[in-house]
Amino acid sequence: MNDQPVPQSARSEPAELAAASDQTPAVELLGIGKSFPGVVANDDISLVLRRGEVHCLLGENGAGKSTLMAILAGMQQPDSGRIRVAGEDVRISSPRAALALGIGTVYQHSTLIGALSVIENLLLGDSRALRLDVAGARQRLAEFSAILGVQVDPDTRARDLALGGQQQVEIIKALWRGSRVLILDEPTSMLTPQAVHELQSVLERLTQHGLAVVFITHKLHEAVALGDRISVLRAGRLTGAIDREQIKASTPEQLEAAIVRLMFGDALDTDEEIAELQLGVEGHRRTRQADAEVALSLEHAHARGDGSQPGIEDVSLTLHLGEVLGIAGVDGNGQRALAEVISGQRRLTHGEIRFLGAPVGSLSIAAREKLGLRYVTDDRLGEGIVGAMPVSLNLVLKRIGQAPYWRHGRIRRDAIDRDARALVERFDIRTPGIHARAATLSGGNIQKVLLARELSFDAKVVAFHKPTYGLDVRTTRTVRRMIGELRNGRAALVISTDLDELLEVSDRIAVLSRGRIVGEVENGPGAAEQVGRLMISDVSLGAAPLPEPLAGRV
Amino acid sequence: MTESLSLAAEAAGVLDAQPDRPGGGSPRSRRVNALRDAMMRSLVPVLLALVAGGVLLLVLGDNPFAFYGNIWQYGISQGSWEDSAMRAAPLLLIAVGLIVVFRANIWNLGYDGQFLLGAALITGVAPHLERLPNALSLVILFAVAMAAGGAWTIIPALLKARYQTNEIITTLMMSFIGIGVANILVKGPFQDPTVNIPQTRVIPFDHMLPPIPGTRIHAGVLVALGVALLAHYVLTRTSFGLRLHVLGANPRAAAHMGVDVRGLIVRAFLISGALVGAAAAADILGVWGYVRANWNPAYGDTVIPFVFLARLNPLAVIPFIIFFAVLSTGGDLAAAQANLSTDFLLVLVALILLFMTVIEFLGRRRDLGGSYLTPGLRAALRQPLVRRRAGAASSNEASR
Amino acid sequence: MTGILAASSGIFSKAVLTSLVAGGIVAGLPLMFTALGETISERAGVLNLGLEGMMLLGAYLGFIGAYYGHSSWLGFALGAVGGMLGASLMVSLCVWLGLDQIVVGIAITLAGEGITSVLQGAEFGSTYPRLGSPSAVAIPLLDKIPVLGASVFTQPLLAYLGIAFAGALVWVFRRTNVGLNLRAAGEKPEALDAAGISVLATRSWAVLSTGALAGLGGAYLSIVAAGVFTPFMTQGQGYMAIVIAMLCRGRPLWVVVGSILFGISLSITTALQIAGINISNDLVQMLPFIAIIVSLMAFGRRSYLPPALCIPYVRGAR
Repeated sequence: MNDQPVPQSARSEPAELAAASDQTPAVELLGIGKSFPGVVANDDISLVLRRGEVHCLLGENGAGKSTLMAILAGMQQPDSGRIRVAGEDVRISSPRAALALGIGTVYQHSTLIGALSVIENLLLGDSRALRLDVAGARQRLAEFSAILGVQVDPDTRARDLALGGQQQVEIIKALWRGSRVLILDEPTSMLTPQAVHELQSVLERLTQHGLAVVFITHKLHEAVALGDRISVLRAGRLTGAIDREQIKASTPEQLEAAIVRLMFGDALDTDEEIAELQLGVEGHRRTRQADAEVALSLEHAHARGDGSQPGIEDVSLTLHLGEVLGIAGVDGNGQRALAEVISGQRRLTHGEIRFLGAPVGSLSIAAREKLGLRYVTDDRLGEGIVGAMPVSLNLVLKRIGQAPYWRHGRIRRDAIDRDARALVERFDIRTPGIHARAATLSGGNIQKVLLARELSFDAKVVAFHKPTYGLDVRTTRTVRRMIGELRNGRAALVISTDLDELLEVSDRIAVLSRGRIVGEVENGPGAAEQVGRLMISDVSLGAAPLPEPLAGRV
Repeated sequence: MTESLSLAAEAAGVLDAQPDRPGGGSPRSRRVNALRDAMMRSLVPVLLALVAGGVLLLVLGDNPFAFYGNIWQYGISQGSWEDSAMRAAPLLLIAVGLIVVFRANIWNLGYDGQFLLGAALITGVAPHLERLPNALSLVILFAVAMAAGGAWTIIPALLKARYQTNEIITTLMMSFIGIGVANILVKGPFQDPTVNIPQTRVIPFDHMLPPIPGTRIHAGVLVALGVALLAHYVLTRTSFGLRLHVLGANPRAAAHMGVDVRGLIVRAFLISGALVGAAAAADILGVWGYVRANWNPAYGDTVIPFVFLARLNPLAVIPFIIFFAVLSTGGDLAAAQANLSTDFLLVLVALILLFMTVIEFLGRRRDLGGSYLTPGLRAALRQPLVRRRAGAASSNEASR
Repeated sequence: MTGILAASSGIFSKAVLTSLVAGGIVAGLPLMFTALGETISERAGVLNLGLEGMMLLGAYLGFIGAYYGHSSWLGFALGAVGGMLGASLMVSLCVWLGLDQIVVGIAITLAGEGITSVLQGAEFGSTYPRLGSPSAVAIPLLDKIPVLGASVFTQPLLAYLGIAFAGALVWVFRRTNVGLNLRAAGEKPEALDAAGISVLATRSWAVLSTGALAGLGGAYLSIVAAGVFTPFMTQGQGYMAIVIAMLCRGRPLWVVVGSILFGISLSITTALQIAGINISNDLVQMLPFIAIIVSLMAFGRRSYLPPALCIPYVRGAR
């Protein structure tokens, strides 16, 4: 029985093939508990990670998946419970200890250092010696590339790699020192369908080599498509698991129904709600009742990018009153530039932007806001609120100096407080008080603050950027409902990297790739495939096969 | 993610609208608690510094009690308090000038150059105004000094506004240049032709600031107090003040909210420089009447810790300034008596700063927030000298 | 040809050029040591506004060591220690406790200025004892070159060692784990932590080396360049070193060149006097700062600061 982790850290030995199903589990988590002030993140969780198996941890945001993973990776310590690696009790006291135990992690947010080359990133922390063993590293990289079936250029700067390429390097880095376990945290959130396909094949090859893979996600269809075993977490507890046999024996619909039950259980009242969620998973169709009047239009708009993010080039869009236009695309293809051009935070270098027919390209942010053109930013904490200020002030921050909150340049706090109370009530913002510091609110409530601010005071056209990113299911539904409500005499533009979201809320979907609009699709049956195809249409793959829809496995 | 509390927000919170704190209690008792908390955090560093300074005195062979006793004697009793009050005028004006700009995350460290340029120009222009009525010439001279101070901030202001060039370095460089230019003016065109020492002409006593009736204290002190009050009002009640506050707490949010960031940066700088110039006017027209070459009282360096201890609040800084004015006036003489360099005061100021940061750390650990410094002031240096690149990924909600 | 050169007085005479280059090197070396130190710190993500104070601590302690110990090497060593004392404040408060780097830096500078002035007064009263010039090492053959021979190739041993150190630093930055770790600490400390290396330890060593180098620079100033210690003698050179480090984008050899250029502008008074040109001392002393502002306006846009500069590292915080 081979107990070699894959591949060896001893430099001279080639990679070994291990038996795909080993009797000793790679890792066992027994009764893990972890709490933070005010919240129990993990409550008595036990699971087993087996070699040669892709184990999927599924749960909505806030269910405790990331905490569990952090414990495995050595970033956090459990309050209770035991961890066993290859049959022995261990304490994973630090990331270093985790690596020494053979547990490699690929985080959701890249830990690669953009300014360094691939080889430098891989060498980081690898040895205690003074000199860098560049030649040795190059050789190992070649070995890994062969195992994974990918091509990686050692000298490219990490930030110049495509997102799929970065992920491959991260996987190699996680396995660099010889690993038994690979943890992936939401690995597909930023990938094109094509790159997801590549990831699928990489995982297959890794499991063939005997690796145990743990895969954390909140997306049902990915769990079903990629997982050999699925464990479902809800509110810090393990609510159930679905093993290989059951996966093989069920249809995709049965699986999804079972999982949804595990994920939401008695939180859902009726079968209808369950069905609605499932539909949300597959893609939603809506019929549009569009007015003729054009709410917002961009004509041949150009704007500069900043740093590594591209700008927009020759973008023309039309948004009518009464409709929701979705903008799809892989992250980093000009979404921010587009959003900021609409809000006024970025200047158009070319072309025009019109709001209700009138050109607004030269208007300031404040002026556009006053006219009713609004922007709900994705960067909630970074620019959406001033965390140190009270919620009440945050709600009026885009109207500094304006009546009734300021008279003769002087602040009127009673007017602010009065309106703040009304908004908190109307938008169901959970806060200890209107004077609580905005940063103390949860992500979902911060988003509600942003929405309260942008959607009130006569909003006419609202642009949303990743409106439900990182939010729990309840708030997500609320936000999507509010977007839908804008169909009454107003309009919405939703920029999102979450295709499911766009399929659920939009009437039409345009696709942004490298700063250009490469196509537009009416939402309806088959929209997902069309959009996916447009998203990768820019990449020259020659006769590359079309990606398979991740609808389920047989 | 925890964000430490913005100093400015804390300041605003303590003295007007009170942000909710965890824990119960009526709004009134919470406010009292917060005030008491703030006072503790402000006074303890000073006390600790005095103790540590005393230890240092012992090491050097001096008697700390005698020294501090002398400070009291030379700083307050027997009419010395009037000297202390006059010393407070430029200190307070510079402090307010720093508060305005620190609230917006901007480090104006060029105060020495701004001050000396203002001072030199006053003494150079004053002789030409001798025939004007006193009140008018005083106003003009104040304006000249303020214009000089403000003008000296323009280059750093524009560099920061347009290219996010680090203003710590640019203001420091301009300061050294300003000191040099002031010296050249004093030794050159403004040199008093009747004396051999390198210094400017002396402004006749009846053309200086009039004293407050019944005391020796010049009216500049009242100007300083008035400015502090006005600044407090503007910073806490007006829309301009809130914009500065937002810029200080989160510059990206300020841009997002539609604040004219570039214009605001320049305006904040100009106001700050002008106030430093006003400090020079108060000092020259109130106390000295002339400028000697190579003179640099370096008021700004010593005022910085008190600006932070007062949580960037123009009213709260007044007692601190008074304290330091006494310390400084009395300290100069006490040091001379103890055969000690007057730069000992610099050591005391440094100790206050250091203890302040440590107390801040302890306070921060005890509860959420209470930091002395706006997070943005720290971030002021984060912006590289290059044109800003795409910001790091925003702090997304960490999924648990 | 030599006749013409020898006969010409004025700005291009041999004496003037020699004085210019020699002065540039002598004045530039304190800057160089300090700026090299700052390069290490900044690469690791720590901004050191306390350099001025650390230089002064090094200048004073170095002077004491050379004066009482009758050995410039003792002085240099003590100077480095002095700088490290100042740096240890930075390490404990900023790196470990995560307190504000700018405020602590200002405090260190004020403390350094104040303490050294007070100690100087306590030790020497109002006298300013002088040291003899330290022995210069003339490099055989090369020291016969006109102008350069007497200036560049006849310097105290430490000068050559310093320049060699700059070269060694290039190697360290590019080809060692130490250099890579420093870079990671400055670019993205979370990545370094994830790789299992202590960010705090990395930054601590970086700051301590900076302190040692700044102290050494200060000691060089008081022992070699001036031969005396006067309070506030650095006159802003600590800040100049910060600018040099920033403008030279963290490249040690450029730092050497930049320091010497600024050294020339600092010492140009003597050369001008020899040339018979009389410019106000104040004007001349402003030159380096004017040069800095001008270079910031022209090149500042292209200088480089690591993204994690000035941000204290706390594991798990985002």
